[in-house]
Amino acid sequence: MFAHEFMRNALIAGSFVGLACGLVGYFVVLRAQVFAGDALSHVAFTGALAAAVLGLNILAGLFAATILGGIVMGILGDKARADDVTIGTLFAWTLGLGVLFLSIFTTQRSAANGTAGVRVLFGSIFGLSTANVRLSVVLAVLACALLLAIARPLLFASVDTAVAEAQGVPVRALGLGFLALLGLVAAEATQAVGALLLLGLLAAPAGAAHRLTTRPYRGLALSVLFSLGSIWIGLTLAYVFPTLPPSSMIIAAAVGVYALVLAATLRDPRTGWFRLASGNVA
Amino acid sequence: MVEAAIFQGLSWNPVTDLRELFTYPFMVNALEAGTIVAVMAGVTGWFMVLRRQTFAGHTLSVIAFPGAAAASLAGMPLAVGYFGFCGLGALALAGIAGSRRSLSAESAAIGSLQALALALGFLFVNLYHGVLNGVDSLLFGTFLGITSGQVAVLLVVATAAVSLVAIAARPLFFASVDAEVARAGGVPVRLLGFGFLLVLGLSVAETSQITGALLVFALLVTPAATAHQLTPRPLLGIALSISLALAVTWLGLALAYFSIYPVGFYITSLSFGVYVLVRGGRALRSRRRATAGLALEAA
Repeated sequence: MFAHEFMRNALIAGSFVGLACGLVGYFVVLRAQVFAGDALSHVAFTGALAAAVLGLNILAGLFAATILGGIVMGILGDKARADDVTIGTLFAWTLGLGVLFLSIFTTQRSAANGTAGVRVLFGSIFGLSTANVRLSVVLAVLACALLLAIARPLLFASVDTAVAEAQGVPVRALGLGFLALLGLVAAEATQAVGALLLLGLLAAPAGAAHRLTTRPYRGLALSVLFSLGSIWIGLTLAYVFPTLPPSSMIIAAAVGVYALVLAATLRDPRTGWFRLASGNVA
Repeated sequence: MVEAAIFQGLSWNPVTDLRELFTYPFMVNALEAGTIVAVMAGVTGWFMVLRRQTFAGHTLSVIAFPGAAAASLAGMPLAVGYFGFCGLGALALAGIAGSRRSLSAESAAIGSLQALALALGFLFVNLYHGVLNGVDSLLFGTFLGITSGQVAVLLVVATAAVSLVAIAARPLFFASVDAEVARAGGVPVRLLGFGFLLVLGLSVAETSQITGALLVFALLVTPAATAHQLTPRPLLGIALSISLALAVTWLGLALAYFSIYPVGFYITSLSFGVYVLVRGGRALRSRRRATAGLALEAA
């Protein structure tokens, strides 16, 4: 498995993407901004296709679009926690633009390029070049460093906005910066699992971590562990069974972990039954 | 000229152009289907925005994609897949919403469900082999291939969905605006919430056969959000939401007919344009009112 260069590339890039998604995802879930991540994934699709139509570098378009998208959502929403209807309206339109670019692109180019849209939507982790891998490692490290630098005040601002604001924490600036950072990670993950599936890497490992512990640093570590684990499991599965697409397998692994954790935490230790009603699980 | 290249076959004579729109059966079917879909989306979307279930609505529309892919893999009619998956999705979402612990846990669960749906859809498409062109039409739809049989089914489903919402409209509105008081008043809030998700799933399943899984959402959310910006009154708001959805669908279809670009682009852009105008107008008016108030105070 490690003998193939494409597999080594996929594992290296995937691991760093997993690291970044696990860390950022923890805060995304904490701040209940999974929908913003959803929106950014559509922005990523449109950005990449727009760049393809204009003949620009697809990666550059991807990164520019998602970071810009994050900032716009931060500005539109009140207190930099963008509200769902505004986000929904905005990304419905972004998707419409994406369809336009897709149709221009497929009519403009030869049929060989006709699958470009599908590749952006669902990723092509087995097709990464060494340069791509290097870039994604650098960006993932950058994103993680930035996030850890603002982790403490961001945590404070997410858990109790009003108190943090009274203490002089720049809540709005932090929220904006976080959404821009989310954009960076979204673009990074788009390369690995595709625009539509990156949501799973943001939501599922972090959601599982949040169910297991309320302590932030332990939660962050768990979230990273789950997301790395699902990337490795997914890549191995896709390697062993070549008909299975790697991005689907990665997401299936992540959601599988989430489902296991959900089942474990919903089980009542005394009776052994699952509690679906609104019981309190710490 | 750019315009000549984009709008082929447009004579710029409104009467002939309108007549041409209704010449071909496929276009008539598309207009009928679009009308039905717009009414249904206008009604259910208005409640979706009111209940702040945009994320759930988007997830339901995404679930339509694996439904269609699974049905084509199994060799069954697409409608079976659409309805089966959207029904299951509504059940799962109702379960998630029912155990509403916190906003963040809920959004993580919905996000995971949506990602799983997309991953499954892509897996099915891959197993089905070589229909990568099919992905585009499953996701983005095509108005061109609608048969009159589909229009009839659409009409039945839409009538069912709209009348269900109409029957439950008053308690549903009450439960959406203030769940606590409604519960105290004896309104079955949880049942209503579940029922609403089912109706939403039903209309999404039906709509996505025509607009594609990704664009249903545009018709659900944008006209409804615009209507909510314009008025808080329920009946007026629903009427506005329906008329906006109808207007953008008709215009979008007509524009797409005469041009080379896809209908999804026109429908989303038109509805987003109206939304931006309305929001901008509201912001301007409230600013003017604020300055007028200041001027009065100064005087």
